[in-house]
Formats: sequence, structure tokens, C-alpha cells
Amino acid sequence: MSSTTASAAVPHTEPKAPAAGAAKKPVSPRRAKRRRQLAQWGFIAPAVIFMALFFGYPLVRNIVMSFQDYSPSTFFTGEAPFNGTDNWSNVFDDGLFGKALWQTILFTVGSLVGQFCIGLALAVFFSRRFPLNGVLRSLILLPWLVPMVVSGIVWRRIFDQDTGVLNSFLGTIGIGGDTPWLTSTSMALVSVILVNIWIGIPFNMVILYGGLQEVPKELHEAASLDGASAWRTFRSVTLPMLKPVITVVLVLGFMSTVKILDLVLALTDGGPADSTQTLGTLTYQNSFVQMDFGAGAVVGNILILISAVFAVFYLRVNRNEGK
Amino acid sequence: MATTTQIPAAPAPAIHRPKRRWGATVFGVVILAVMLFPLYWMVNTALQPDASLVDVAPVPTGIDFSGFTSAITDQGTNLLTSLAVALGAVAICLAISAPAAYGLAQFKLRGSRTIVFGTLITQMVPGIVIANALYSAYVDLGLVNSYFGLMLADASLGIPFAIVLMRSFMVSIPREVVEAAEVDGAGRVRTFIQVVLPMSRNSLITAGLFSFLYAWSDFMFALTLNTTDDVKPITLGIYQYIGAHVGDWGSVMAASVLSAVPAAVLLVLSQKYIAAGITGGSVK
Repeated sequence: MSSTTASAAVPHTEPKAPAAGAAKKPVSPRRAKRRRQLAQWGFIAPAVIFMALFFGYPLVRNIVMSFQDYSPSTFFTGEAPFNGTDNWSNVFDDGLFGKALWQTILFTVGSLVGQFCIGLALAVFFSRRFPLNGVLRSLILLPWLVPMVVSGIVWRRIFDQDTGVLNSFLGTIGIGGDTPWLTSTSMALVSVILVNIWIGIPFNMVILYGGLQEVPKELHEAASLDGASAWRTFRSVTLPMLKPVITVVLVLGFMSTVKILDLVLALTDGGPADSTQTLGTLTYQNSFVQMDFGAGAVVGNILILISAVFAVFYLRVNRNEGK
Repeated sequence: MATTTQIPAAPAPAIHRPKRRWGATVFGVVILAVMLFPLYWMVNTALQPDASLVDVAPVPTGIDFSGFTSAITDQGTNLLTSLAVALGAVAICLAISAPAAYGLAQFKLRGSRTIVFGTLITQMVPGIVIANALYSAYVDLGLVNSYFGLMLADASLGIPFAIVLMRSFMVSIPREVVEAAEVDGAGRVRTFIQVVLPMSRNSLITAGLFSFLYAWSDFMFALTLNTTDDVKPITLGIYQYIGAHVGDWGSVMAASVLSAVPAAVLLVLSQKYIAAGITGGSVK
């Protein structure tokens, strides 16, 4: 399906290449070169313009917005006067920001640790050869492919305190059965983390599996000939070899977890009593629920700052891998 | 951990191995069952006549399609909206990123490296930040509540990924192939369309597939760039549905099943492209 749309869509966007005729007419080599380069830029320009509009512009606009006073009426009057650092101090003075920041840290770290450990264990398991390995391995991707809102809603049903299957199962086997998974302030964040771990396992597994395939088998054999135990071989041979892949997985996992919005909204809407509010949901709440885009921009900028630190880290790792 | 336990047996030819392998298969099936249980439960709940009761049967005893009937009645148009928006986003995404990937892979232009670098950076910008700024721009441009506006925003989810993925593929197209076509008198655009694109078919499919999934799964832009019900994709539809139908889990789950169908179908039809996309888009 997508292949047909692909080939149908691409041809129309191409600018006519002026350089095509350049070879026929006698033109000075320098002009010919410039023409050729201009034509070549024609291929790249649409993407550059698009990214400038959809990534560059929002980044700049957010910084400006964080110094402006937005109210629901702004979108009728068009007026958003500058108000200095009011938005920043308002956001920082509000206890909710600190709470959301702390919960974002808990959510991100908890999710990453869970996803990574289980993903790695599964990657190691699937590195064995056994019948149906490939089929099982690809079916396990499903939780990652289903829209996050949908996963959130399904889990909301499973977590339901009185009628959810999780509590009725726990009740049947005699441990608990009355846990208010999403409705108590102490449990809600844990539940959201559990669901996000479930969503992230396939991604971690696939990438780590790919990394494990690259580890030369001879190293394992050499280690076992030297009398190293399985665990020892894994720790001293496999893990160090996997290190670049591990860094990539963790950084990418971080980037997608720290900004999460869909899942939290679908599971808890940030509640109960803001106990699952994160920087992502707080940006949304400020801007699109309170219609205070200035305050939303402040939280958004902090989110960008956090991501940027990790982006730099990621790019350095990427570069070190060498091309 | 488990792999290495096999190794002491390695010197012996792999004759008595198959016996033990089935044990791993059984364990693999158990893992899969646990991982997919929530999705099974979604289907099961959707088929139950009394899906909102405490004791939902573990398997649907009397299959009941009323959940699906009401889901299609209530959410059918939203499913079509999702399909239209996602296909539009794929078209925009490929139309913009395929030529760019080619240009960045094959032309020696000053600034290409900066652009590739920028592409990596954009993948890290939190979506809600984009939505925050885009909303007011969309209000000014009249793009709020429009199909085209949502397609453009959703295309932004796939474009950086598609450029990186296709570029890393197109780098390996031998320059001679491209030059040979140009010597034969084909223009640069014709060479691109008739030679480069067919050669890059697999990476185009992978990029298209992922931009479709990104757009289909998008909730954030659907939520923030629409203020009326004119353009309501299924993700937004379901989110609002549980607000209004919290007692009617059968219909909510049926709508969820319908929205998860594309992911399942695409996974079954194109496993290899999906695995390639997950690894290729991130590690390379």
C-alpha cells in the first residue's frame, strides 16, 4: 500500500532540473558548475524548508512565547504583550512544576530501567536458535506498533479497581486483588511506568538483538574454552561489545520517554491529584487547557533543554561510531 | 545469559540439539502470551456481551458483535479520517524526504553535513513543544481544523526519520550507476525517478510504512491542532469516547481493536521492513 503511494507521490514534487540542458549549450565551466549545484539543491531544498518551518520555527517561537502573556482572549484579539520573566517565575513558584519535574525523572528512569533490563533479557533469549524464533520475535513488536493512546485505554480497563482483569486475577491467586492501580496517588505513577515498560520492551529488544548478532561468536567460544562461566562471558565479553548499542538504546529511550504525553493522558489525564503529571502533560495543560501558552512555552523550553543535553550526548556517541 | 549455556555443547555436531530447542520455543510462546495479553484482552472484551461486568469471561463464550456495530457507527468516520490523514502524511513525507535523502547521499554539496546533523537533532524535539508554537501559527494561517494542516504536522513525525533511513541506504548506490544513466542522456530528475527510486525500493517502503504508523498513531497533533470535530482521527475519537462511554467498555474496546488493525496487518505483511526500520532508523 505504502509503496504505491510512494512512487505515485514522489515524481510530482520534483522541480525541473535546469542543469539538464546545460550540457548542450556552451557555458563557462564555472557557470555550469553553479547551475549544477543549484539543481542539486533543488532536491534538498523542500526538506530544508519543511524542517525550518516545523522544527526551527517552533523552537524559536517557544522562546519568544515564554516571555509573552497569553490568555484565552489572545486568539480573538491577537494581542500577547511581553511580560518579562513573569511566566518563568510563575511556573517556578507554582509547586506543580517541581512535582512534575520529579515525577518526570521517576517516570523516565523507572521506564528505562524496566524496558532495558527486560528488553536485554529477551534479546539474549531470542539469540538462541529455536523453531519459530523469527515469528515470535516479530509478533512481540505489536505493543510497540499499536497507537499509544489505544494501549493506554486498554490498560485503563485492565487496571480498573473493581472490574479490571488484573485485580480479579490477583484475587483468584490470593495476592491482593483490591489495588487501586490508577485511582490512588501512591500507585498511579507506578502503574503508568509499568505500562510504559510494556510498550518499550519490543524496541529495546529489537535493537539489542541486532547488537548481539554483531558480537563475533568466536569470542564466546574463546571465553568458554578459557573456562569462563556463562554469566562471566556475558558480563566480560558480550556487554562491553554491546556498549555502543546500549548507549543508543538508552538515549533514544530517554528522548521518547521524557516527553511522553499520549500514554499519561489516556491512562490518568495526569491525575489523581496531579500524581502522574509530567513535564509533557504540564506543557499541554498550561497551553491547551488553561490557554496560557506563555506558561506552556516555559515548561516546553525546559523540556527542550533537558532533551538537548541528551541530544549532544547521542550525537557524540553517533560520531564516535565512525562513518 | 541463556545463549552461552549452549556453548559447551558446540564442539559436538548439532545433532542432538533440536530436542532441547523446542523447550525454548515453548518458553518463547509463554513470553509472547504474556506480552500480548493486553491486546488479547482488548479483543476479548470487545466481543463480550457484558464487557463492563466484574467477571469478564477469559474467552468470549457467546460472541457478540454489538460492540463493533456501535463502534463502527460512532467511530467509522474517524477511522476514515485517520486513513486519509495518514496516507496524505505518507505522500508528503516521501515526496519531501526521498529527493533530500538522495541529494544528501550522492551530491557533494557544502552544508550537507550540517543538514544531516540538523535532521538528527529534529528527531529529538519534543512534539508538544512543536504543537505549542504551531497552534498559534496554524490559527493565523487558517490551518486549524483542516485535513491539510494535520497531514503536514503528521508528516513532520516521519520526515527526519525517513531522510536518515533512506540516506543511509542511498549512500551505497554506486555512483557509476547514476552517472551511466546521466551519460545516456537522462536528466537528473529522470535518473532519480527511473534509476534511484526503483533501486531504493526497500528503504522507500520502510520509510513509508513508518511514516504511516507515526501518522496513524498520532494523538498529540490531533488533540492540539483541532478545536472542532471536523477533522477527528480515531486516536482522538477513542480518547473522547471513554469520557462519554466509560460504562460501555465493549464499544470502546471494539473501537480500539479497529484502530489497532493497521498495525497488526502491517506487521504481518511486512515484518522485515518493520524490523529494518526500527534498527535502521536509530542505530545508523
